[in-house]
Amino acid sequence: MAQTASAAGTPTTPNNMEGFVADWSSDQRAFKNVPWGKAMMWIFLLSDTFIFSCFLISYMSVRKSTTVQWPNVSEVFSLSFGGEPIPLILIAIMTFILISSSGTMAMAVNFGYRRDRRKTVVLMLLTAAFGATFVGMQAFEWSKLILEEGVRPWGNPMGAAQFGSTFFMITGFHGFHVSVGVLFLILIARKVWRGDYDTERRGFFTSRKGNYESVEIMGLYWHFVDLVWVFIFAFFYLW
Amino acid sequence: MAEETGQAAEQAGGKKLEGQTHPIGVYLKIWAWLFVLSTASYLVDYFHVESYLRWTLILTFMILKAGLIVAVFMHMMWERLALIYAIIVPPLLVVVFMFIMVFESSYVFGNRGIFFLGP
Repeated sequence: MAQTASAAGTPTTPNNMEGFVADWSSDQRAFKNVPWGKAMMWIFLLSDTFIFSCFLISYMSVRKSTTVQWPNVSEVFSLSFGGEPIPLILIAIMTFILISSSGTMAMAVNFGYRRDRRKTVVLMLLTAAFGATFVGMQAFEWSKLILEEGVRPWGNPMGAAQFGSTFFMITGFHGFHVSVGVLFLILIARKVWRGDYDTERRGFFTSRKGNYESVEIMGLYWHFVDLVWVFIFAFFYLW
Repeated sequence: MAEETGQAAEQAGGKKLEGQTHPIGVYLKIWAWLFVLSTASYLVDYFHVESYLRWTLILTFMILKAGLIVAVFMHMMWERLALIYAIIVPPLLVVVFMFIMVFESSYVFGNRGIFFLGP
């Protein structure tokens, strides 16, 4: 079993068009040298891409088809620190925080494969802290919009009613992804800390041997959350 | 070394490494680039760049950022073509869907113009 699996998992063809055709038409597995968990995470992220795409496309449709003026997003999300309000500053800070969390996550994956447990755990917890900060700032943004500006999913004083519904749906779904990611990060960090991936301790659910690939799979999810924010930032906040 | 294949690289210490192993500097560089690109796209709004120049700049920075994240942070550039095509090609169909909805929403907007605003 192990022998056939490794034989099927070792690419024998070059990484070009010929290799692509050979991989896809081969027995057992199309994704050579990619662990099954990683391939499945990619497939999941692909499906998540479609969900977020549908949200953004519906946002585009309602924004393009409304006859009412769209609120000035730059002003709505401005924040004043005692002086003149700075446009979109909170969103900019949130963007930088999420990018930083992606940077620390990428390094955590790297140190995981180097089997540097301490650095991996510290970087993963730092990533989780950045993520939690992001969600906290989003909660602040939501409460400001709901309580002070009077934005509701069915209407708002600044313009088109669709602004509220698309805003809460898109950022809410993204914030939910970040929150789940923070929990997921803490869970995997605990496993790294306990040495599950060094001792190949079996997982409580899958009963498969622990492996540092889990950190990379976790990283894929986290980078995807950052990736979605790149599109939300461009289309919702900047457009 | 490790950057060439990204698989089963041998470290200087002779310790066998598995999986995606690249120098840390790669990630720091990309991190810095993402900061630069984000700042640039924020400045587009800050300086009130409008209309087509605004949209072009926003889309350019967005695509560059997304590309860097997927290629380097998610290690896509070191994967085999079988996985790259499986993941990258299907989302391109979303672009087709987007254009369909561009026409649809323009049509709805036109209808609303006729019925709500009147001649």
